[in-house]
Amino acid sequence: MRTNILEYLEEAATLYPDKCAYFDEDTSYTYLHLLSEVKRIATRLICDLSVPKSPVMIFMDKSPMTLAAFFGVVASRNFYVPIDMEMPDIRVNLIKDNLNPVAIITDSEHYDRAKQFSDRVYIFDEIVKTEADDILISDRLKLAIDTDPVYVLYTSGSTGVPKGVVVCHRSLIDYTEQFSNEIGITESDIIANQAPFYFDASLVDIYCTLKCGATMGMVPVEYFSVPLRLLDFLQKYEITTIRWVPSAMKMVSMFKGFKSIRPNKLRKIIFGAELMPTKVYNYWKENYPDAVFVQNYGPTEITGVCTYHIINEEYDDSETIPIGKPFKNTEVFLLDEDDKQVTKPGITGEICVKGSCLSMGYYNFPEKTHEVFTQNPLNPFYNELIYRTGDLAKYDNNGDLVFICRKDFQIKHMGHRIELGEIETAVMAIPEMKNACCLYDDRKQKIVLFYESDTCDESSIGEELSRRLQRYMIPNVYKKTDHIPLNRNGKVDRVKLRESL
Amino acid sequence: MYKDKVIEILREVHPEVDYENEKGLIDKRIFDSFDVVTVVGELIEEFDIEITAEHMIPEIFNSADTIAALVEQLEEE
Repeated sequence: MRTNILEYLEEAATLYPDKCAYFDEDTSYTYLHLLSEVKRIATRLICDLSVPKSPVMIFMDKSPMTLAAFFGVVASRNFYVPIDMEMPDIRVNLIKDNLNPVAIITDSEHYDRAKQFSDRVYIFDEIVKTEADDILISDRLKLAIDTDPVYVLYTSGSTGVPKGVVVCHRSLIDYTEQFSNEIGITESDIIANQAPFYFDASLVDIYCTLKCGATMGMVPVEYFSVPLRLLDFLQKYEITTIRWVPSAMKMVSMFKGFKSIRPNKLRKIIFGAELMPTKVYNYWKENYPDAVFVQNYGPTEITGVCTYHIINEEYDDSETIPIGKPFKNTEVFLLDEDDKQVTKPGITGEICVKGSCLSMGYYNFPEKTHEVFTQNPLNPFYNELIYRTGDLAKYDNNGDLVFICRKDFQIKHMGHRIELGEIETAVMAIPEMKNACCLYDDRKQKIVLFYESDTCDESSIGEELSRRLQRYMIPNVYKKTDHIPLNRNGKVDRVKLRESL
Repeated sequence: MYKDKVIEILREVHPEVDYENEKGLIDKRIFDSFDVVTVVGELIEEFDIEITAEHMIPEIFNSADTIAALVEQLEEE
């Protein structure tokens, strides 16, 4: 039985030492080369950091080296925490205060910025010059167990402070195994990565590649603004598999990109992280009638995804594609408002998940953890945790789950998971701001901010928010109002506000 | 006249940009792919035109001026 995710790397380096593991337009790693750099990084970390299972922040743009840094941290029995380099300092500081990283690995370009978040900052090019010590590493890992954390990924928090989801080896191994087997990823696959590494949508690209001894190429982010470059990348590198957010696939369908270039090796097309517009799916399906299309669903808290739907049916542009059934070794079920299980088709319930995929909760945030990771109300007999996703769904007549909506103020905007409360907290931090409320306009896919202020305007608010929030969290529409309506409890009346959208 | 409407659409995505002078919307990554999808969706709806992959190149989408010129050209076709 595997107990450490890096066993996949050791195995691939033995089976396929000279095969390309990860590449981008500038660099590439073979499996053997990757393993040797991982050991060098781990050696240095073990020498310097005496307490294992500590957080190490990774402060680098996406590249094959970023993955060597991740695995180097894991090989030292610590866990990595990737940071979006576009995240403003104020938000990185919120994470730093919650996490207290023992070290940061960065590149020379971001060194000066990284120094403000930790006293111990390694530059990648320096740390990989360490001489590897195999005995030191194996001694450190002898005591490791499969419930040690591998990574912490931060996601939007409703109170304004991001929440760090802690995931251990067992959950990640379980996910990688089930996903590769059910979807049929093999060593002959070449995967084109779209998702940033600070999103768990990238787990498939990173870890299924490692498990199968496949190859993964990182598509430069700017190619996603220029469809011909994007399709040229897929063609040039003979990409067989993509696992993208629907917004990225829309980039191709919107411009009818396959009229110009139709990459001819593509055979597995997987999407998730937000609902797929059926029109976009139909465009891809028309162009790839023989490819396997898979819709995924799952929040970060249950390690990647928990359901999948291999699409064999036809859908009208107006129909919703189901999110499907659970992966093997994962149980997904619906609970109604009285915590009773929903089994009949058409009845709405909250999606709840249990199994080895359950993460270990939010880092240094027990109150929030206990709110959503709870004892299974259907089981009074022994300890059994479930995760309450806050997503509402129903069964269709085939027993497939169909996503309906959130039960709170979390939204999915362009593939990003955002708590409207986090935006509101940032808006309210602006002096002179009297009151504010954010709504999401689902039809137009826009974040709408209603605000009450005598002096602030659209551009001053936008400017201030860009210092506090990532760009995708910044409202698209600003509506100044004299008075934000309140309900009888003195809270913002969102129903009334929504009428004025 | 196209330019005013184009700028109005661009401003809905990024109100903070000076569209009269900015010439690097794509090259400077002021607009990411999601912004582009949003803007093009609005352009298609507003002007009832078809924008193809050949049009979606940085040379055209780098500034409000060049986007407006493309819209004008497509409207005439």
